[in-house]
Amino acid sequence: MAASIFAAVPLSPPVAVFKLTADFREDGDSRKVNLGVGAYRTDEGQPWVLPVVKKVKQLIVNDNSLNHEYLPILGLPEFRANASRIALGDDSPAIKENRVGSVQSLGGTGALRIGAEFLRRWYNGNNNTATPVYVSSPTWENHNSVFMDAGFKDIRPYHYWDAAKRGLDIQGLLNDMESAPESSIFILHACAHNPTGTDPSPEQWKQIAAVMKRRSLFPFFDSAYQGFASGSLDKDAWAVRFFVSEGFELFCAQSFSKNFGLYNERVGNLTVVGKDADNVKRVLSQMEKIVRTTWSNPPSQGARIVATTLSSPELFDEWKGNVKTMADRVLLMRSELRSRLEALGTPGTWNHITEQIGMFSFTGLNPKQVEYLIKEKHIYLLASGRINMCGLTTKNLDYVAKSIHEAVTKIQ
Amino acid sequence: MALLHSRRLLAAPRLAAAASRASSWWAHVEMGPPDPILGVTEAFKRDTNSKKMNLGVGAYRDDNGKPYVLNCVRKAEAMIASKKMDKEYLPIGGLADFTRASAELALGENSEVIKSGRYVTVQGISGTGSLRIGANFLDRFFKPSRHVYLPKPSWGNHTPIFRDAGMQLQSYRYYDPKTCSLDFSGAIDDISKIPEKSIILLHACAHNPTGVDPRQEQWKELAAVVKKRNLLVYFDMAYQGFASGDINRDAWAVRHFIEQGINIVLAQSFAKNMGLYGERAGAFTVVCKDAEEAKRVESQLKILIRPMYSNPPMNGARIASTILNTPDLRKEWLVEVKGMADRIISMRNQLVSNLKKEGSSHNWQHITDQIGMFCFTGLKPDQVDRLMKEFSIYMTKDGRISVAGVSSGNVGYLAHAIHQVTK
Repeated sequence: MAASIFAAVPLSPPVAVFKLTADFREDGDSRKVNLGVGAYRTDEGQPWVLPVVKKVKQLIVNDNSLNHEYLPILGLPEFRANASRIALGDDSPAIKENRVGSVQSLGGTGALRIGAEFLRRWYNGNNNTATPVYVSSPTWENHNSVFMDAGFKDIRPYHYWDAAKRGLDIQGLLNDMESAPESSIFILHACAHNPTGTDPSPEQWKQIAAVMKRRSLFPFFDSAYQGFASGSLDKDAWAVRFFVSEGFELFCAQSFSKNFGLYNERVGNLTVVGKDADNVKRVLSQMEKIVRTTWSNPPSQGARIVATTLSSPELFDEWKGNVKTMADRVLLMRSELRSRLEALGTPGTWNHITEQIGMFSFTGLNPKQVEYLIKEKHIYLLASGRINMCGLTTKNLDYVAKSIHEAVTKIQ
Repeated sequence: MALLHSRRLLAAPRLAAAASRASSWWAHVEMGPPDPILGVTEAFKRDTNSKKMNLGVGAYRDDNGKPYVLNCVRKAEAMIASKKMDKEYLPIGGLADFTRASAELALGENSEVIKSGRYVTVQGISGTGSLRIGANFLDRFFKPSRHVYLPKPSWGNHTPIFRDAGMQLQSYRYYDPKTCSLDFSGAIDDISKIPEKSIILLHACAHNPTGVDPRQEQWKELAAVVKKRNLLVYFDMAYQGFASGDINRDAWAVRHFIEQGINIVLAQSFAKNMGLYGERAGAFTVVCKDAEEAKRVESQLKILIRPMYSNPPMNGARIASTILNTPDLRKEWLVEVKGMADRIISMRNQLVSNLKKEGSSHNWQHITDQIGMFCFTGLKPDQVDRLMKEFSIYMTKDGRISVAGVSSGNVGYLAHAIHQVTK
């Protein structure tokens, strides 16, 4: 038999964060803690289906008028409009001026991909794969792959995390924007930066916007944690809305995985803000073509849940309450972890644990210390030192704090 | 003076519009062409004739013209709801119970491929998503050729899917408009001239848009030629069970090719046969040399999927998996999918008998010879136009009708109208 056509296909290494979870699952040690993958956990360490989601799911199941017919290519209209409204605000001038478009997508990733595919085809000329795409250093590792697979050839880091001061390297960031070629695309984390948990302050966002405007740089926001970061939807959307008020045309990839707990239903939305309705109309018509060859039309279940929730005042309020519950638990874990480390006298400063925001914290632990934690203490976290605060519970806080203390004092 | 003034007035708004367009990043973005099938539906919606018929729709309708949610689907949903499962991310490759059951459904439980594990199946976003994963995989890893050969005609979305994945499109003869059936000798002739190691796409059953499928004897010859030319075979199976009513019969070609030693790749959809359209349940399979190769291929498929949408949606896959893996529900499903296929077949028969009753002298045998949701009637564009204008019957310009849009209540009207425009 002839050699297989796939004989030369190499085995690719698994995606790190999923490998971590797989290793965690196989670990038999009773003390094990998973601080890896970014999903919310209750204080019992369990996934949490939001009460409002359970309620809405029941409404859907009981509604015999609903069926499983195809959604339109761009998605469920009630979902799209509500999703963009959540990001931009009820009183958004862009919405009032009818210059907002929305594309229901498969999670935040899908929204990023549709936006990236569109930009590669239509931004800065036609099919200009040479347009530089800037991603923060560090960033969610999938950002690179999304834009690469969309065809962009020049993906560059911009300064972001200052390891020495454990905070935002705002000057480095602004310098990179000053020297970036005009029309470069910048991927900005709307809030709760992944993996560092470090966001620009409103003043810093203003500086960023000023440079981007002057240098004609394109803002592509990634908003995966709206509401989940501070507990307030409006507060977490401040940066996006500020850019809109400054007259930018922009994209915002939204995910409802975390703030609705709808991870596996793949609920996302690409919000497009343009100069006017006509531009947005043409952009959406081209995005429709891209969607058609990628997934034809999006899944209906998750979008229905979100649309039903957002369009009912009572359910919307209930949802906001659920979101605040999650955000508050994360904030509690942050302050509890920090106070324990300080009480133990763990070398270094630990205020960054409470100053950072969202699901993740860049602890500052180095790869050797991380390896120690995984191998010796059965505490799983990424080699970058990123921990998921949701993996902490009142039951494991002491163990984790003591283990971090050991790692920092024993390993340099 | 007045003229100058008015000219200035005329110029001002144009300048303002031009200025605002010029300052947008998207000023040069062209309006995408309207979807031809959507246009049919739009026109249908606007029509006020109570007798109007929409024969463009590519979704099953019951005899009352309504969408049909399968009973086994409702039961599966109730079972799932009672289990109170969480909503955690699926693995990149999808729900394992679903992908395994999908592969078994297509290849047969006793398939040597299944038993040896020399295959990989990943969950895809229904048929389109599964086709696209495969297309991207071939673009990245299939070195011998960039060329994908489609039957002429094929589903309209095949071409842009492969093109967006970076492949080049060619075609082989398939449909004979003179006979409204398979141009078998033309197909064999063209396929035997395809350069070795090219990619050929075949519709496993219920060819879309023509409804024309090869007979088993013809499939055997096609397999032999394809094997001789050493082509990579890409099967698109969107209608298993939905075509003949028998899932094994509809998968015969796929299984035959594999038995002949052809390691196929396959895209499956559960949109039609389980009525799960908007839940996007599908799968992409690569039949490999051995289990070790399957592992390597799987790892690369995940690398492709992750930057597309990270991991697939749960709901449709869970419903399909529950049905396939629960014996009672599976039995019920087989009965329901046969019911849908039987209704389609019955409408085909009734259309032909009604045309005869109308006194039509044309040969309408192709309507009952063809299979699946669609029928290439053989009607010309001007006849299609008359059907729309005079009878409020809507179909695509190529004369394709969705038999699912026909019911016992309107088949007589349809026959009458067709006779009027063809006599």
